[in-house]
This record gives sequence, C-alpha cells and structure tokens, in this order.
Amino acid sequence: MELSGAEIVIQCLKEEGVEYVFGYPGGAVLHIYDALFKQNDIQHILVRHEQGATHAADGYARSCGKPGVALVTSGPGATNAVTGIATAYMDSIPMVVLTGQVPSPFIGSDAFQEVDTVGITRPCVKHNFLIKNVRDIASTFRKAFYLATSGRPGPVVIDIPKDITDPNIKIPFSYPKKIKMRSYNPVAKGHLGQIKRAIDLMLQAERPVIYTGGGVVLDNADKQLVELVRTLGFPITSTLMGLGAYPGTDKQFLGMLGMHGTYEANMAMHETDTLIAIGARFDDRVTGQVAQFCPNATIIHIDIDPSSISKNVRVDVPIVGPVSSVLDDMLLVLKENKQSLKSEALAKWWKQIEVWRSKQCLKYQQGSDIIKPQFAVETLYRVTGGDAFVASDVGQHQMFAAQFYRFNKPRRWINSGGLGTMGFGLPAGMGIQMAYPDASVAVVTGEASIQMCIQELATCKQYHLPLKIMLLNNGYMGMVRQWQEFFYEGRYSHSYVDSLPDFVKLAESYGHVGMKIEQPNDLEAAMQEAFAMRDRLVFMDVVVDPTENVYPMIEAGKGHHEMYMSPGSELV
Amino acid sequence: MRHIISILMENESGALSRVAGLFSARGYNIESLTVAPTEDPTLSRMTLVTRGDEAIVEQITKQLNKLIEVVKLLDLSDGPHIEREIMLIKLKAENGKREEAMRLVEIFRGKVVDVTDSTFVVELTGKSAKLDAFIKAAHEESVVEVVRSGPLGIARGAKGLRL
Ligand SMILES: Cc1ncc(C[n+]2csc(CCOP(=O)(O)OP(=O)(O)O)c2C)c(N)n1
Ligand SMILES: [Mg+2]
Repeated sequence: MELSGAEIVIQCLKEEGVEYVFGYPGGAVLHIYDALFKQNDIQHILVRHEQGATHAADGYARSCGKPGVALVTSGPGATNAVTGIATAYMDSIPMVVLTGQVPSPFIGSDAFQEVDTVGITRPCVKHNFLIKNVRDIASTFRKAFYLATSGRPGPVVIDIPKDITDPNIKIPFSYPKKIKMRSYNPVAKGHLGQIKRAIDLMLQAERPVIYTGGGVVLDNADKQLVELVRTLGFPITSTLMGLGAYPGTDKQFLGMLGMHGTYEANMAMHETDTLIAIGARFDDRVTGQVAQFCPNATIIHIDIDPSSISKNVRVDVPIVGPVSSVLDDMLLVLKENKQSLKSEALAKWWKQIEVWRSKQCLKYQQGSDIIKPQFAVETLYRVTGGDAFVASDVGQHQMFAAQFYRFNKPRRWINSGGLGTMGFGLPAGMGIQMAYPDASVAVVTGEASIQMCIQELATCKQYHLPLKIMLLNNGYMGMVRQWQEFFYEGRYSHSYVDSLPDFVKLAESYGHVGMKIEQPNDLEAAMQEAFAMRDRLVFMDVVVDPTENVYPMIEAGKGHHEMYMSPGSELV
Repeated sequence: MRHIISILMENESGALSRVAGLFSARGYNIESLTVAPTEDPTLSRMTLVTRGDEAIVEQITKQLNKLIEVVKLLDLSDGPHIEREIMLIKLKAENGKREEAMRLVEIFRGKVVDVTDSTFVVELTGKSAKLDAFIKAAHEESVVEVVRSGPLGIARGAKGLRL
C-alpha cells in the first residue's frame, strides 16, 4: 500500500485506535486536513482556539484513560497549544499533539508562521519529535504513543513540516508492530525486598496515614488501593489529583490534605508515625513547609518516576514501580505476613482522628438570602446523585468542588492541579462528553475562568455536547481576593471582575440554554431542570456570596498544624 | 561537592539542548560540558561537571536518566576514576621570557605546538587542577589566550560504561 505522508499520519492514528482528534486547521497542516476529509474513521472536533483543543484532548484522556490527540498548525497554532500541553505535563496526562511546521527547507529562515515548536515545548513535554523524513512518520508515531502512555505518562509533541505530508510523494506504509527503545525502559515491577520492608513497617505502625495522589488514578489502581486500605483499616487522605480513587464517602477517608485540606487530614499528617505515599509527589501545596512536614514519620513512597522520590521530602523506603503492580504485590506480601496489626494503638489513633473530625472544619452557614458556593456544590452533588463527571476551572470554586463533591469513583474529578490553568474547565468538559456521550458532565467554574475559553461554547453547539455549566459567580477572582484579604490587608488590587457579560444572553446567543439563579431556595429545582435537559447545554449563572473564603487554609510555607479555620468553626 | 558525570546518549539533534535545558530550567549548576560522537555513530558521549550537595546531585542524575534520549549514565565521582582535561594556551615569549616559559612547559610536561617571534602555543593535558597551576605559574601578564576542553573522565578498573 503506497500512501502520502498526510495519509500515513491518518493511518497511524487509526492504528493507535484514535477516535477523536481535537484540532484547528492552518497552512502547515492543510495536507493532513485534506486526508482527514477523505476518511470516516476518525472524527475531527473543530475547536475555536488551540488551547481548547489541547484541554479537550486532555479532558478526554483524564476521563477515559486513552491518550488524547490534538492537531494544530505551525506558529500561532503551536504557541496557542502550549498552555494545554504544559497543563497536561504537570498532571502527567497521556496526550499526543501534532503540530504543523513550515516546509523543511524553510526551517530556520524565519518563514511565515515559523516557530521553534520543539524548542518552545521541550520543557513541558515528556518528549518531542521533529519529523525529517516521510519514512520516519510511522515509527515516530509508534514511539510517541508508547511514550505518552507508558511509565509516567505525559504529553508528546510531533512537529511535522509541511513537505513531509506532501500528497504527491507516496511511499509504502507499514506500522511497526513492536516497539523497543534502548534508552527508555519504564520499571514494570517494584522491588520485592523494599515492598516487604514497607509491609513490616506498616504492620508496626501506631499512627499510620495513607496519602494518595494522581498516580493511583492514572494507573487505574483504585481497586487495589481500596482493598489495601480496608485490609489495614488505616486512615487515608488524598491530594487534589487523587480524589475519587478511594471513595470520598467512606469512613476511613479523611478528605483532601494540603493547603485547603481538612483539619483531620492535615493534623493526621502532622502526627503520623508512618506515612505511606502512593502515586503522589509531595507538591508544595500538599507539604507546606517541608521542614515541618510529617515531623515524626517514617516515610514509604511508591512512585513510577524515580525522580519523584526524595525530590522535595527525604523518603525512608522508596519503591519505584507502577502503583497497581506494587499494590498487588503488597497485598500478597501482606497475606503471607504472620505479624498482626497494632490494634490497640490504631484504635487510639482513630479516637484522636475522630476528635479532629468532630471540629467539622468544612462547616458553613447557608442563610436564606444569598447562595453560599459550598451549598451550590452540595446541591450539585445531590442532584447528580454524586455520579457526574465534574470538570473544574481554577480558583475558589475548584477548591469548593474538591471539598464538597464527594467523589466515589476515579476519573470523575477532572481539574488542572499542577499548573492551575484557568480556562481548562469548559474544553476539558467537552473532551469528557466526547468520551462519554450519555454521561452527566458538569463544569464548575468562576466568572473569571470561564471567560478564558468561553469561545468553546460554539464547539459545544456544533457537536451537541450537553454540558451543564455551573458558574459560581462571586464577581471576584475569588482566590486572588482571598489572598489579598489575608495577606495584603484587603487591598483588592485588580481582582474585581468588572464589566461582566450577561451570561444568560451569552449562552443563548451561542444557541444554548441560560439560567440565572440567585435564591438559595431556587437552586435545587433549577438544577434539576437543567440536568433534565439531557440534550442541551445549560449555563447556570449562580450568584454566590462574593466574600466567601475557602477554609481551612494553610498559608504557603507553614506547617500542617497551622491552619486558618473558618470564622464559624472552633479556632485552633 | 564536585561531580563528574559521564553520559551515553542517542546521537540525535536536539539531545544536547535537552540536557542544557534541563540544567537551566531546574537551576542546576553546570561547570563544563563536552560532547562528541563515540565509536558507535548512533551514540554520543557527554561528560558533565556539576556541583551540589548529595540530594541535588541525586536529582540531577535522576532527571538526566529521565530524558528519553539518555541511554546510560555514571557518576564517576562515586568511584575511583581518571580525569583529564586538555588546554591550549598561548604565551608571550619575548626577549628573556622564552627560557623561563620553556622551563615551565618542561616541568608540566607540556608540548609546544606553535611558535612565532613573540608567542608560543602550549598543549597541556592533565587534571583540571594541574592546568590551573600552570596558568598560575605562567603569570597573568604573559598569557594571551587560554582554551580548555573541560574535563573528560573514565572509571578505573575492568568495567566500561557502554551498551
Ligand atoms: C491562566 C491563569 N491566570 C491567572 C491565574 C491566577 N488565578 C488563580 S485563581 C484566579 C481567580 C479565579 O477567579 P474565578 O474564575 O472567578 O474563580 P473564583 O476564585 O472566584 O471561584 C486567578 C486569577 C491562573 N490560575 N491561571
Ligand atoms: Mg469568581
């Protein structure tokens, strides 16, 4: 079979089982777009901005676990995609981004729409390629998908000069069956000796805490995690990225930890004697002041990426390997180990935890006149039966969603944790809805965030994506306002979001349904109505308390035991 | 502490910039870096000298290993090794200074590789400290130009860093 470069690109995507490509055309990718036009296997989703393409591919990948694919042109197409690539990189999301490039002979000549895409994206990709020969397309694609999805996943960029896809140059095509790269061998199994050491330590623990992160979700290790946690009876807390891997409504779950984590989770971290970190990377929003982090703990750390181990916090028992296989091994070792748990000490530990829990650190007062954002998220939780996919933007609303929507399944909570990219929510929601056409997909957002990728409402219309957008409209960049209130004596420098559009009319002008909700009593019924419209996108502009803050809060650089508590709750 | 790291990587364009980019992005210190192809044309060898405490150097080697194009690496400072650097140094050699300079070259077992009326070029190989010592001994006012390769290193013993 003789194919042109452009046809080979399409064929490679088919070979990789790609269903959707989120993209935006331009000069350097016209040959590829022409090849797309002539086939029916791969559906192209035309976004309205390349940032949207990368976030949508990312949301698709996060929700269904398959690599997301984006296609953009050279120059501005590529630079617009960078934010989405960096977002995926920070959260280790498998993605393959195809960027057009000026024809090979023009590279380096400052040609029209030329940028050094490989250079620009180098620090925010797992790897990138510039294809120099038509004959290299197939092997490069094979490598790119392999790299994106194996080991610690991440985005891979393939930069394709226009001449490489020339429809007039045809070569025989075959897709490599096997792939082996001598310079890349991700670890397949954890070290058994280390695993046994870890289990010994865990069985001796008197005040253990299991701390999990996005790695559990990425490696689909939720079942093993639940079994381990139930078997041991230990308390478990999760990072923002790990929510849902362990059921959020379970008694052993202490809630999220870190900057806006619960009192019980953070206090348990501070007092623990044995910390078991699983697929988490000791991010500064989690650790706070490193010198004060888990001061009394022996630390066990399971991670696929050796460079995550002892990067921020010194670890006592490192285990490098895929979370799922390491947990499988742990469960086996645990069954063979004759030692028993320190049940008396554990009972005492749980008693202490219940004391912390009884402070009800997330408590808030919902009055009768103005909607509290927490109440809005709780209502969303109720109306969707706790079973929706929730994509979020970045800000207070994101933290409220993480705190109050109790995720019982993995891959339901989709947010930009590492990079904290405003504008992520709506396009990510599109990707989720593409992966699960019949599922309820909610987008929790703020009036500032939503305006960063608002143009994607048109994409939603074109492809009939019935997202339910819940805008927690506080009139402020709430998270910025909160920091200014706490740390800048209330000087609200440029955090008021002036000149807001009428979101109802805006939604309607894009052909969607708009709702404005201002009364606490109207909220549940309105939301029911919105979710009942199965085939329509509904934009709910929910007017919430403009002065609400996210509690508890650990100031950057403070220890876990030094939390700001909500004015209503008992002060520590 | 000073570490000398030997790296085998795929001989592909862009590989060098990945290493250099890694060091600047993560704020690691880089004292010298040399790259050249090896006997296997698909591989190049990079020798890198850096400084940092144990935790930083551990991160540096892990991050280097994480680069897709890095095939193998060895922190030579972990064991006994040989280190060599080459220097080409142009010295003033006017009037009475010639004799003195020649003596110095002899003491350091250097080689004169170019001579003019007023200068010569000396080639000198050794540990970096030896090259430093030569420059110091030669006196600042008589040094016209110094070109150094940066150190290369190889582990002692029977084993080699190869595929
Ligand atoms: C692209 C981008 N720019 C700036 C920021 C910094 N930032 C973090 S939260 C925030 C305010 C978000 O406001 P809004 O979307 O209204 O959410 P709220 O906090 O009010 O819920 C800003 C500006 C960011 N995270 N991303
Ligand atoms: Mg806001």
